[in-house]
Amino acid sequence: MPESRVEPTSATRPGASPAAAPALAVQVRRACVVFPSRDRPVPALKEVDLEIREGEFVSFIGPSGCGKTTLLRVIADLEQLSSGSVLVNGMDAHQARLAGAYGYVFQAPALYPWRTVLKNVTLPLEIRGMPAAQRREVAMRQLAHVGLAGFEGKYPWQLSGGMQQRVSIARALGFEPRILMMDEPFGALDEITRDRLNEQLLRLWASERRTVIFVTHSIPEAAFLSSRIVVMSARPGRVVEVIESQLPPDRTLDIRETPAFIEVAHRIRLALRQGESQDG
Amino acid sequence: MAEALLRRLWPRLWPVAVVLGLVLLLWYAAAAWLNAAQVLERFDRDRVDWSTTDLLRSSWSLQRPLLPAPHQVGADLVQTILHEPLDSNQNLLYHTAVTATTTLTGFVLGTLLGVVLAVLIVHLRTLERGVLPWIIASQAVPILAIAPIVIVIFGNLGLSGWAPKAFISMYLCFFPVTVAMVQGLRSAGVFERELLHTYAATRPQAFWRLRLPASLPFLMPSLRVAVSAGLVGAIVAELPTGAQAGLGARLLAGSYYGNTAQIWSALLMAALLGLALTGVMALLEEFVLRPWRGVGK
Repeated sequence: MPESRVEPTSATRPGASPAAAPALAVQVRRACVVFPSRDRPVPALKEVDLEIREGEFVSFIGPSGCGKTTLLRVIADLEQLSSGSVLVNGMDAHQARLAGAYGYVFQAPALYPWRTVLKNVTLPLEIRGMPAAQRREVAMRQLAHVGLAGFEGKYPWQLSGGMQQRVSIARALGFEPRILMMDEPFGALDEITRDRLNEQLLRLWASERRTVIFVTHSIPEAAFLSSRIVVMSARPGRVVEVIESQLPPDRTLDIRETPAFIEVAHRIRLALRQGESQDG
Repeated sequence: MAEALLRRLWPRLWPVAVVLGLVLLLWYAAAAWLNAAQVLERFDRDRVDWSTTDLLRSSWSLQRPLLPAPHQVGADLVQTILHEPLDSNQNLLYHTAVTATTTLTGFVLGTLLGVVLAVLIVHLRTLERGVLPWIIASQAVPILAIAPIVIVIFGNLGLSGWAPKAFISMYLCFFPVTVAMVQGLRSAGVFERELLHTYAATRPQAFWRLRLPASLPFLMPSLRVAVSAGLVGAIVAELPTGAQAGLGARLLAGSYYGNTAQIWSALLMAALLGLALTGVMALLEEFVLRPWRGVGK
C-alpha cells in the first residue's frame, strides 16, 4: 500500500516541506476571480492557494463550474485575477507567458487547417524566431516523440481526432517549455483512444519530467496520470482537497485493476462528494 | 480514346444538349413570331402569294430583324471574329479584349481596395462605425447614374480611356470583397487566437499567420462574385464613353444602327467572357483552398 497524505490547502504551512524540495513551478496565493455579469458578479475562484513543484504531474478535477479551467487559465495568463497572486517559475504570470514558460494544449487540437502537420508544429518556433532548418529539426523530433513520424506532410483533416491532439501536444512541446498545461485535452475523444493517449502522455512525462498541469473531469484519468490531484468544487470555485498519489512512474493501464489505484480513485470520489455536500 | 471520354462525359453532356436544343427551338419560334409583322407588311406591299414556309423563311432572314434568328447571330459572330483583322475595331474579339482588360484592371484594384478596407475596419473599431454605413450606402446608388459623372470628372482631369472605366468596374468589385473579408478576418476561433497569445505573438504576427489565412475561405468565393460584378461595371462604363471600343460600345452601336445581330453577338460574347472569368476564379479558389478540402465536408 503506497503511503500518501492529504494536505489541507486552505492555509499554507511554512516549513512543512523538506529542505531539499525541488523548486516551485507554480505558486498560487489567495487567488480570486470574479466574472462580471449583468445581474450580479459570478465568483469563479475563491481564495485558492496552491503550490506545484517542478516535475510534478498535477491534475485539477471537479464538476463543471468549479473553476478548474479558470485556475489553469489564470496560471497561463489567459485570464486575469481579481485579487491574489500567481507566480510561474518565480515570475508573475504575464512575464512567464512572455518568457515562454509553458506550452498549452486546448480542449480542441486548434490546428491551423491551411498548414501541414509539420508547419503546425513549427508555428511557435517561427514566432520565436528560430531559423528554418532548426525549426524543422525540432518539429520532426517532437512529432517522433508523439508517434507521428511520417505524418509531417499531411494536412490536419487527413488525421484522426486523436492524432490531431497528439500534433497539438508536439506543438506545445516544441520550444521545450518547463511546464505543460493541458485543459481536458482528451475530453472529445473515445475512451479507447483516450486510454492509449493517457499511457503515451505518462511515458512522455516519466522520460522528460516536465511539470504537467492537467485539467480533467474523469476520475480514472486523474488517478492514472497524476502524482497529485487537486479536487475542486463549484459555487464558488474552490479547492476541497489535494490528494497525493504514489503509483509507480512506470505504470501501465493494468494498474487500474490494483488496490492502490482503486484506493486513489476512491479518495478522489470521496473528496468530490464532500465538495458537493458543501455546495451552497 | 475520344470515344471513352465521350462516354464518360455523356451523362453530364446530354442534359445540357437537350436544354440547348429547347432554347434554340424557342428562339426560332420567337424570331418568327416577332418578325412576322414586318414580313407580312412587305408581302402585302409587294402583293405576293405566300405560304407558311415563305413566312418562316423570310422572318428568319431579314436584313433588320426585331429578333435575329440563331443562325444570323452565328453568321455575325463568324464574320466579325474570323473575317476581320484582329486589331480592327470591326473585330468582336478586339472589343472583347478591351472589355476584359477593363474588367481585370477594375477587379484587381477593387480587390485591393476591398481587402485594405476590410483590414482597416477590423483593426480600427471607430472606422467600422464611421465607414461601414458609407460603404453600404455607396452600393445603393445606381451605377448607371454614377458612370457619366465619373467619366466627366476623369475627363476634366485629363484622364480618359481605361482609367474611368476601370474605376467604375472597381466601384462594383470592392463591395463583396470587403464584406466577405471583414467576416473572414474575424473567423478565427477562440482557441486558435489564444494559442498565439500563449506564444506572446505580436499583432502583425497574428495577422499574417492566423487572421489572413483564416479569411481565405471567405475571400475566394467573393472574388467570383466580384469579377462578374466588375464585368457589369466595365460594360456599363463603355456605354457613355462615346462608344469607341468594348462590348458595351458594340451594344450601343448595334442599337444605334438597328443592327440587332451585332447586339446579340456582343451579348453572347459578354456572357462567354463572364463565364470564362468566373471559371478562372473557381479554378483559383479550388487551388488556393486545397488544404481545406475535407474540412466541413
